Amino acid sequence: MTAIASGSSLLGLALVIPTVVAVLVMLLGRLPNLRDAASLVGALLLFVTIGALLPDVLAGARPVLPLVTIAPGLDLVLRVEPLGMLFALVASTLWIANSVYSIGYMRGNQEPRQTMFFAAFAVAIAATMGVALAGNLVTLFLFYELLSLSTYPLVTHKQTPEAMRAGRVYLLTLIGASMILLLPAIVWTAFVAGTTDFQLGGILGGKIGPLAMAVLLGLFVFGAAKAAVMPLHRWLPAAMVAPTPVSALLHAVAVVKAGVFTILKVTVYIFGLDTLQATGASQWLVYVAGFTIIAASLVAMTADDLKRRLAYSTIGQLSYIVMAAALASPLAAMGAAIHIAAHAVSKITLFFAAGSVYTAEHVTKVSQMDGIGRRMPWTMAAFTIGALSMIGLPPTAGFLGKWFMLAGAGSLHEWFAVAVIVVSTVLNAAYLLPIAARAFLKPAGGPVAEAPVAMVVALTATAAGTVLLFLFPEVPYRLASALVSR
Amino acid sequence: MSLVAMLASEATRFTIVLVMVAGLYIVIARNNLIKKLVGLSLFQSSVYLLYLLPGKIFGGTAPIIDPRFDVYANPLPHVLILTAIVVGIGTLALGLALAIRIKEAYGTIEEDEVLAKDRGPAGAAARKAGPRG
Amino acid sequence: MSFLAAIDQHLPVIVVLAPLLGAVLVALVRVEIASWPIAVLAALISAAAAFRLVFVVEQLGVVSYRLGGFAPELGIEYRVDAVNVLILLVVTAVSLVTLLYARQSVAAEIDGGRVPWFYAMMLVAMAGLLGMAITGDAFNAFVFLEISSLSTYTLIALGRDRRALVAAYQYLIVGTIGATFYVIGVGLLYLATGTLNLALIVERLPDVVSPRALIAAEAFILVGIALKLALFPLHAWLPNAYGYAPSAATVLLASTATKVAVYLMARFLFGVFGIHVEIGPVSVTGVLILLSLAAMFVASLAAVFQRDVKRLLAFSSVAQIGYITLGLALANPAGLTGAFLHIVNHALMKGAAFMAIGAVLLRCGSSRLDDLAGIGRTMPATAVALTIAGLGLIGVPGTSGFVSKWYLVLGAFDDGKGWLAFMIVASSVIAVLYVGRLLEVVWFREPGKAALAASEAPLSMLLPTLLLAGLTIFFGIDAEMPARLAGAAATVLLGGHP
Repeated sequence: MTAIASGSSLLGLALVIPTVVAVLVMLLGRLPNLRDAASLVGALLLFVTIGALLPDVLAGARPVLPLVTIAPGLDLVLRVEPLGMLFALVASTLWIANSVYSIGYMRGNQEPRQTMFFAAFAVAIAATMGVALAGNLVTLFLFYELLSLSTYPLVTHKQTPEAMRAGRVYLLTLIGASMILLLPAIVWTAFVAGTTDFQLGGILGGKIGPLAMAVLLGLFVFGAAKAAVMPLHRWLPAAMVAPTPVSALLHAVAVVKAGVFTILKVTVYIFGLDTLQATGASQWLVYVAGFTIIAASLVAMTADDLKRRLAYSTIGQLSYIVMAAALASPLAAMGAAIHIAAHAVSKITLFFAAGSVYTAEHVTKVSQMDGIGRRMPWTMAAFTIGALSMIGLPPTAGFLGKWFMLAGAGSLHEWFAVAVIVVSTVLNAAYLLPIAARAFLKPAGGPVAEAPVAMVVALTATAAGTVLLFLFPEVPYRLASALVSR
Repeated sequence: MSLVAMLASEATRFTIVLVMVAGLYIVIARNNLIKKLVGLSLFQSSVYLLYLLPGKIFGGTAPIIDPRFDVYANPLPHVLILTAIVVGIGTLALGLALAIRIKEAYGTIEEDEVLAKDRGPAGAAARKAGPRG
Repeated sequence: MSFLAAIDQHLPVIVVLAPLLGAVLVALVRVEIASWPIAVLAALISAAAAFRLVFVVEQLGVVSYRLGGFAPELGIEYRVDAVNVLILLVVTAVSLVTLLYARQSVAAEIDGGRVPWFYAMMLVAMAGLLGMAITGDAFNAFVFLEISSLSTYTLIALGRDRRALVAAYQYLIVGTIGATFYVIGVGLLYLATGTLNLALIVERLPDVVSPRALIAAEAFILVGIALKLALFPLHAWLPNAYGYAPSAATVLLASTATKVAVYLMARFLFGVFGIHVEIGPVSVTGVLILLSLAAMFVASLAAVFQRDVKRLLAFSSVAQIGYITLGLALANPAGLTGAFLHIVNHALMKGAAFMAIGAVLLRCGSSRLDDLAGIGRTMPATAVALTIAGLGLIGVPGTSGFVSKWYLVLGAFDDGKGWLAFMIVASSVIAVLYVGRLLEVVWFREPGKAALAASEAPLSMLLPTLLLAGLTIFFGIDAEMPARLAGAAATVLLGGHP
């Protein structure tokens, strides 16, 4: 009982800490050192808070924190479960790395409006915690929208016409899709099931026909446009104009993960894997996601701009998770959950490396990267590890998730999914490995000159994390198996 | 009730409906803002009659208590209609005032011309090109 | 103590008299700088009385006040219960906030000499609306209806554009026809029952021999009120009236006028005729549902194509009224609660939206959509209020619009009409389009010359705007208070005719 009580106060803290950080950052705007310290300390505190929740959740506790009752039957409530725990853990861990990196990046590039940047960042983290810990769909929706809004100033940080255009596409796509598709889906669910609470095994089983279920799933999948399933993927490459720490936030820490997290959470806790499996309502999504994976990989091969190539890589990787969710088998769902963590830590490494290259040499194109690995060995070594993880090769984290997905698809005899995973692995290798090869094999052409220390530390740490996650996958594995147990 | 009374009562009802419909028709069909108001007043007047009809009691007298009479007309409708007439006068006055202001602003009180002027040169041109205004 | 008790006894009449006497005072004094404080004071007294009435009604259930001490048979009875006390509260509170907001907007939009008349007319309109809501006498309601209408025509005609005159004239014609229809219906009721007191009419209805008289009365009354509340397709007067009236007047009209008419319709439908009565082969609820749906879709679509923001919001009002009448037509507790909640919520958010546009009009001199481009950069606080109001109109969770629509959807399901719930959600998608179009221009479009030169709205306009926007958020997160009041109103209405 006391464990649950303390658990719920931890849930509250997870929202309060980043909010307080945002306020502090605004107040300390004139004192950059203190301001950045506030971000760092806040990130550490949040990590500790989320970490303190972990033992309880692994032991089977599900702390609840009711926030407010809007009207009877309409509550805002936080409730942690394994998948949300995993997402919160990933986001809070990477906030630390990202804070270190951002401080180096913002100072190294002498970016303007840093106070606004760090404040909006903290609000985005608060929203992410809300998404991760939401106990029902209405709560999730609110924080999901808050995440879209709070990241808008980050995407348009440079305030150039191009950045403003990207921000417009970003916000209109994300908010438009969630208003037109996600919200109706939630209302529909609420009145079919009589609740929007996340419950293991789903709340829709037997209450809605297979066809309606397929349509409803479509509303959820495309409504959560943050998951960037084609054709709602264009906002992600457009948002590449933002500073690299923002790209890292979008691709690794929060935004796209909030999208796939929503989809995975909905398939597990609203539809229920067994229900989806029995009705076949998610079969169409396997094909759509599979198409997205292949198409995004092909586009990535043709992109010369490094960040654009990484962006299309993200679109492909996200659809692995969507496809795994659509397979609706426990093994694949486990793979999806683990891949959320694995992709986060490896993609953030890749973006950190890209930003590091940009900060040190102002290089943005793949074709300009000849021999850069000899001048920036740490950076490009980290990049290579991240690339291996994207492809899914051991000893990196990317292998784990893919393995489970492959096993899940194979056990269901979903040969289409198996083929997609195999083909896309080859494609991933084809668009990522040449970069590493070019960087290390071409002549150096200059002395060793790394990016600022803070950035190198951050990207080395995440690269190490990518390997460590492969060697010690216990926490994500146990959380993922708790997700599908029973 | 005598036959005369019945006929009289039917005739009153018929008159009421006639005035009502005629007034409404003028409001809808006329283009002139003043004539519309005339129609509106007719329409309202029919309602005054509608109320006064049941107030009349044959053989009754004005509702002032007097030992010589014991049948009185119902005073309430008269009171109500007095109020309604006041409201009607207010409406008519305001309507006329608006018509004057419209005349000042547009130079006409024909509704179609007023509307056409706000549609701009394109509207005016289209009006000229058409067979009739 | 006895003084307070004496005031408590006369609360119903204070609510109406304060603005009426205030109007007379403003018109007599006729000094420009004195008019605004008098108007605010009058509205404040009225609002305080209405606020107090809420508590009195919660204790007593019904407050009956006999004007001049005459029995209801002959005299006029003011009758306050859970239904109209909510309306009184909304009208007085929003009017007060509107008047607080009005000072600078009016100074900019109205010629100096006419300012006192403007405030006098605002107060008369307020008194008329309050009178309509508070009276228990069908004919008295007509008189107050005309009082509010006549002052409304004047208010609209005070707009700067000459089209305001035409809008006022057209509204005068339509409004008078509507009011006359209403009074014809009341006359027929009087012929049938011999009384004008609503409560007494209800008592005597069972004895009425001729159902045809009742049917005719109901038809005339409902059509007459429908004109006032701009029920689709009788809404044609509204976009022009709202579009060309001075900003402060638009705020008052948009947030209160149609709501009072809705109340009157609810009173007659539930309190007098009974909602499930059929007029010949036609069921009232069926027609009402059909017209509400038409309003929700057609008016929303029309809003998408407007070029002037005031007109855009006006068409949105027609659509939102559709949601309210839909709630009435559902005639179950959840649906009615939704309708009355939406009366409150729509008053708040549409008030905030029109206030924001009024501020833009003051600073940029235009309310055309194109001229609003980029005002998010130069008038951020105003734009935020407009955004919140817009999200409320869509019904986004976290705003009060979501809560009222939630109840409406609940009501549709309780009635076994799942398809209606679908229609509510589908029509909200159209709201996404017109609100999205507006917000896209406000935030993402490159500012034009006027917008670049604009500065943030003055504080005296900004604070009331933000107050209403803030309440839209607050009631979206904690709807306990409005939901309780609306629920009580629904219970009373349904209890009248079980």
